Amino acid sequence: MLYIVISFLFLAIVLYFLLGGADFGAGIIELFTSEKNKSRTRKTSYQAIGPIWEANHMWLIIAVVIMFVAFPTMYSTMCTYLHIPLLIMLMGITARGTAFAFRNYDAIKGENTQRIYNNVFVYSSFITPLFLGIIAGSAISRQIDPGATSFTDAYIFSWLNYFSVAVGLFTVALSGYLAAIYLIGEADNDHDARRFIIKAKAMNILAVVFGGLVFIASEIEHIRLAHWIFGNPVSLIAVIAASISLIASWVLINKGKRKIIRIGAGFQVTMILLAVGYMHYPYLVMIKGGQNLSMFAYHAPEKTINVLGWGLLLGSLLILPSLFYLYYSFQKKEIV
Amino acid sequence: MDNFIAARSQMAISLGFHIIYSCIGMVMPVFMAISHYKWIKTGDAVYKNITQAWSKGVAIFFATGAVSGTILSFELGLLWPKFMEHAGPIFGMPFSLEGVAFFIEAIALGFFLYGWKRLNKWFHWGTGVMVGVSGIASGILVVSANSWMNNPAGFDFVNGQYVNIDPIKAMFNGSWFSEALHMTLAAFSATGFAVAGIHALMIAKKQNVQFHSKAFKIAIVFGAIAAILQPFSGDISAKNAAAKQPAKLAAMEAYFHTQPYSPLTVGGIPDTANKKVNYGIEIPGLLSFLVYDNFKQPVKALDTIPVKNQPPITVTHIAFEIMIAIGSAMMLIGVLYFVAIWKKRSWLSKKWFLYLFIIATPFGFIAVESGWTVTEVGRQPWIIQGVMRTRDAVTPMPGIQYSFYLFTAVYVILSIAVIFLLKRQIKMVPELYDR
Ligand code: HDD
Ligand code: HEM
Ligand code: HEM
Repeated sequence: MLYIVISFLFLAIVLYFLLGGADFGAGIIELFTSEKNKSRTRKTSYQAIGPIWEANHMWLIIAVVIMFVAFPTMYSTMCTYLHIPLLIMLMGITARGTAFAFRNYDAIKGENTQRIYNNVFVYSSFITPLFLGIIAGSAISRQIDPGATSFTDAYIFSWLNYFSVAVGLFTVALSGYLAAIYLIGEADNDHDARRFIIKAKAMNILAVVFGGLVFIASEIEHIRLAHWIFGNPVSLIAVIAASISLIASWVLINKGKRKIIRIGAGFQVTMILLAVGYMHYPYLVMIKGGQNLSMFAYHAPEKTINVLGWGLLLGSLLILPSLFYLYYSFQKKEIV
Repeated sequence: MDNFIAARSQMAISLGFHIIYSCIGMVMPVFMAISHYKWIKTGDAVYKNITQAWSKGVAIFFATGAVSGTILSFELGLLWPKFMEHAGPIFGMPFSLEGVAFFIEAIALGFFLYGWKRLNKWFHWGTGVMVGVSGIASGILVVSANSWMNNPAGFDFVNGQYVNIDPIKAMFNGSWFSEALHMTLAAFSATGFAVAGIHALMIAKKQNVQFHSKAFKIAIVFGAIAAILQPFSGDISAKNAAAKQPAKLAAMEAYFHTQPYSPLTVGGIPDTANKKVNYGIEIPGLLSFLVYDNFKQPVKALDTIPVKNQPPITVTHIAFEIMIAIGSAMMLIGVLYFVAIWKKRSWLSKKWFLYLFIIATPFGFIAVESGWTVTEVGRQPWIIQGVMRTRDAVTPMPGIQYSFYLFTAVYVILSIAVIFLLKRQIKMVPELYDR
């Protein structure tokens, strides 16, 4: 059962990254869209993510619940030492979710109020994945230091380091990339589709650049990232697969193969997550001084894991079909 | 501000904020489903308009409820890491199931809000019902987690270790039923009265009377029934508290000295230094009667509980009094409504009658907030009754007061924004639905 719980945790993280990432990305794309095209981008992204954004964000809740039920030590370690980035991320999620709902459901579409909602929406769409990435990076950066004596060492430098920030930027670029690819398929005219193609390419270049930064930063921080990734076959294959799909999507993007590039982009990001996930599996949180919290050593008692596992299995029988039906129903149709 | 106080205040304000949205999230879908059903059955467009107008308001509440709930799931760990480290595996079961319920709710909501023109009408109606069912289910589940904190079960606490963990037993602890029942009724009466009050105001202003009368009726029928049942369920809760948390019950009643024919004190301000209540009215024997169904048997008072295990008495007592006062008023108004329907139809259009409901608009929510204050403050100094102290659970990170200020500011801004948006919804009713 422990394996089932771990699989669900990984699934929830990957799906949150893909779906939630694409959601945030829509805001990032809007941020980098010229004034005159903004309203068109907004319309497309409203049509695309309006019905599904709440469901997308449930994956985060599922991941958190699995963390505190099954891996409480890791949850409480992260909550203690990464308090500040978690707080900023929460503020981002709050601002973004409410601004998105408010701008669509405000009964009077005033210019000033809409401008406020839009600004809040785009900036929080940028900040949230940045800090999500920082949190993920910090968990494995070995900078969490339970022995720290000063406030800054314990609660600031645990996450404010080159590596974590580089991971954060990388996350932002990937989110933007996912969103752009997704929006290409949602655009209702060629002009918009072409705009999103350009955005997708730009985000892809950014992702490669920030990905490089992550490696450089890991060297500076003495994190043996390169060694981890290239030292085990699964991560290595995953990285190669990600690179191939990256090249393939450049080619296909120009041909306008919407379905395939979507799958390709999802595949690419999943492979990246698999590569980093596998390299430090089963350690979810790595602490300064070499102590790592393994999912096999620091989990809840057997009975809890069993009940949770069954709960997740039965729950997914209910959730997954209805979720697919939701995505299916709202594919490419006009929303009123 | 001391770190510990800041953490408690932050938790209180976050939950106090979230509960308003969750009550609405549990109940409004039910109201919408009723009005939607009437539209499908009768073809009366007014019902369609009501459903759509409500659903726009609800979308705003849902977004706010969802983000504040997300905040909470992290806040439990951010503020109480030691608590979550031990409690997570024990009381996590309802939270996992709640996750499933929320998921279904979010999916159904996507269908419902965006499906007006493209789904089969009965399927569309069904998705609305699903939103309500899963909302109520999630409310019951999360309250079961809270009742475990009041009445821990499903583990043995041996030498500071939590062993023999049984998450199912923890979920169905001895208090889950009374709390879940009382909370569900509270959600219906609070939301019912609030919605009815707003529509009563519009009727009194003679705007769109047809629209608002129909909306009023749906809301108040639920609100009134729940309000009439509420004191009975509250009695079950009080008996339960007497059995499991005598300190809480004694603080609620500001009852200092154990005595036969235990009195119930109505109103008054507790004087904790001199262990008495000033300006209260004592009714001898009533407390004994409420707890044990006879007038004689003594109820355990605060003098049987060491001071270091006593909750703050003044806050608990006053919050309890507020809940009871409002509960009685709402019950009375509920009864009057049914009298009006059966015997005095002429009341329904009278100004004074409408004003009764207008004044009662916030009552339910005030009672919800004070009821939770009773439950949570009354549990102090324990975070898990009798097992773990709140002070031992708090995060070691200093400076929580700044995050408390930040959260307070965020909630104030969000509340203002929601009220502002709701006002604009109501203002637009004539233009959108008056054709
Ligand atoms: C509309 C809201 C509302 C109304 C009218 C009442 N209550 Fe209540 N009460 C709540 C809303 C509420 C609540 C917010 O929902 C609480 C907090 C926790 C819970 O389960 O319900 C609560 C808790 C609560 C508790 C504490 C349970 C515990 O901590 O174990 C008691 C003893 C009562 N109530 C008793 C009553 C009585 C005797 C009422 C009769 C007038 C009453 N309540 C009306
Ligand atoms: C939504 C309705 C709720 C409200 C309004 C509420 C209110 C409060 C208040 C006022 C406090 C502060 C008490 C004090 O420190 O004096 C508090 C504390 C707390 N509540 Fe609740 N509560 C609610 C439901 C829940 C639920 C469902 C849970 C968890 C399952 C929960 C968990 C906690 C925890 C962990 C604390 C901090 C520790 C403590 O003070 O005991 N609450 N809540
Ligand atoms: C510590 C306590 C709590 C936590 C961690 C929590 C968590 C959450 C989360 C994550 C959501 C968002 C779900 C979505 O996206 O649809 C949510 C919404 C909701 N919560 Fe809570 N909650 C808590 C307390 C409560 C209480 C006490 C109640 C009710 C009695 C409640 C009832 C609801 C309901 C009905 C919703 C859905 C309606 C809406 O989104 O507005 N919750 N909660």
